[in-house]
Amino acid sequence: MAYDKFTTLTSTAVPLPIENVDTDQIIPARFLKATERKGFGDNLFRDWRYNADNSIKKDFVLNNPIYKGKILVGGKNFGSGSSREHAAWSVYDYGFRCVISSFFADIFKNNCLNIGVLPVQVSAEFSQKIFDAIYKDATTEFEVSLEHQTVTILSTGEKESFDINGYKKNNMLNGFDDIDYLQNIKSEISAFAENLPL
Amino acid sequence: MSKTLFDKVWDSHVIQKINDGPDVFFIDRHLIHEVTSPVAFLGLKNRGLRVLHPERTFATADHNTPTINQHLPINDPLSANQLKALEDNSKEHDIVHWGLGHKNNGIVHVIGPELGITLPGATIVCGDSHTSTHGAFGAIAFGIGTSEVEMVLSTQCIMQTKPKKMRINVDGKLGDFVTPKDVGLYIISQLSTSGATGYFVEYAGEVFENMSMEGRMTVCNLSIEMGARGGMIAPDEKTFEYIKDREFTPKGDAWNTAMTYWKTLKTDVDATFDKEFNFKASDIEPMITFGTNPGMGMGISKEIPVFDSKKGGKATYEKSLAYMGFDQSDAMIGKKVDYVFVGSCTNGRIEDFRAFSSIVKGKKKATNVTAWLVPGSHVVENQIKEEGLLTILNDAGFDLRQPGCSACLAMNDDKVPAGKYAVSTSNRNFEGRQGQGSRTLLASPIVAAAAAITGVVTDPRSLK
Ligand code: SF4
Repeated sequence: MAYDKFTTLTSTAVPLPIENVDTDQIIPARFLKATERKGFGDNLFRDWRYNADNSIKKDFVLNNPIYKGKILVGGKNFGSGSSREHAAWSVYDYGFRCVISSFFADIFKNNCLNIGVLPVQVSAEFSQKIFDAIYKDATTEFEVSLEHQTVTILSTGEKESFDINGYKKNNMLNGFDDIDYLQNIKSEISAFAENLPL
Repeated sequence: MSKTLFDKVWDSHVIQKINDGPDVFFIDRHLIHEVTSPVAFLGLKNRGLRVLHPERTFATADHNTPTINQHLPINDPLSANQLKALEDNSKEHDIVHWGLGHKNNGIVHVIGPELGITLPGATIVCGDSHTSTHGAFGAIAFGIGTSEVEMVLSTQCIMQTKPKKMRINVDGKLGDFVTPKDVGLYIISQLSTSGATGYFVEYAGEVFENMSMEGRMTVCNLSIEMGARGGMIAPDEKTFEYIKDREFTPKGDAWNTAMTYWKTLKTDVDATFDKEFNFKASDIEPMITFGTNPGMGMGISKEIPVFDSKKGGKATYEKSLAYMGFDQSDAMIGKKVDYVFVGSCTNGRIEDFRAFSSIVKGKKKATNVTAWLVPGSHVVENQIKEEGLLTILNDAGFDLRQPGCSACLAMNDDKVPAGKYAVSTSNRNFEGRQGQGSRTLLASPIVAAAAAITGVVTDPRSLK
């Protein structure tokens, strides 16, 4: 088993309604020097959380004690930019298990799925409803059901379904990863490699 | 059935199609570097696995390496540690490794083509999003995360859903001082940074046919900045000419067999795309960015666009301009420049240094500008010297540094200080990308040169 299983998550959420949040903001390059996957949560959104002298930027949402939870709700085109999986690791390591946005960049989305963070893409309207619900009451809980592929705003009962391909869904429900799968078809891979032109 | 270039290469590498899931996709070439590979090797170790095809794996150090005094020990212990890990892991798994100072060392996307590792019809991945560069050769090349690096190391495969297909045609002739970089920045400004998300792009039309291989690499490199998984261009005589006789290129009979295959690599006339865009070369001027993502670019002679309410995201737009210290409707020409960076896998090849040199020749660097000229590889560095460009550069007051990613991502000491403006030939102008608080204006080597000698943003067409 490669990571924690994901079934249903019920949690409050942290709102970050900024568009095009890129991976350099999620984790700046200077924190990519580790050779182990440890401690990345401390530097999640580092330069939005802290000033250059390491003092706290009070107006940034992660520094606002009202907002907490295992769900991060981002603006459109979340995770654009670099392929650094460190971005997904820092999201995970900080304690988020699910990111909701109306649009994700491809590589970031893949990286999340590969490490057990569920990327949930909802419509722009529903994303707005989620932000509204959080800003109305920060203790509003959301239910993300992977099995049913739905997100529910528990205070209003409003619900929307999301897409995920069946294979990835099964992986996340069981905590499997791709290497587990590929290991089982190694002889097929070798046979294939024999017959390639390059 | 008619197929696109992308279909031909993709379909021939699918080992298995998973129902309601991704394809099991075979990777011909895997490029690795010091930053995104250590945790993948750790993963292999924890699972008790070995690298399945070390002969298909190539390692170079580039992301956090210093660009001066490379012969000395590295000061930063964390960087040194990553370089050591790459070396040790490569040794342990019999992977060829080009560390600091090795003649083949350089930025991963510069050395792949240089050494003939990048070939038409190949599938190429690397834990770096600008792997799309290699698409210039008619390869399917894309960036991957560390879990996927581990996947490819251990199984030479990756699990991927086949992206949708997009074709971008640019016809006509490019104007004076309009370079491949401008073509790329122009397309991104039209499509936005998410306009091609979910797609793999084929670039077609007169402009790309006439473009050099290096120019094609610049354009394909930038594909990721509009969200595309990658971009590619059909191989032609220019491509074959470029790759012939390089270190890892097939030779003799193998070359002839490969050529027969490579010549089939083009989109069939009646093949269709999920989306298609057409642009005119005459609409493209030298470009510059004014905001904090590569989609916020404009013709250098224009004014910073006023926020377009139809597009939404007003707060984000204002935040971006505030970070840059610019206002809507400002002209970019005449804005003060503190740093000029020429380099990166986007514009760190010999043609880029030729272009830069052609502008600064016989002139002097502006005194208010700090310039970092960083070749993409040792091969490029040597070309600069052999072609006499170094003399031109030195006479104009510029020094040449040693190869690496450098200020493209500022993981080493080449950091632009907070609040300072850098005209950069790299690919990302994100907040803090070139150092905490740095402000980046993306542009071509020619626009960078014009800024370097005048000290302000300057339209190269206005230079005498
Ligand atoms: S030059 Fe920049 S974009 Fe290119 S490989 Fe290096 S860090 Fe990545």
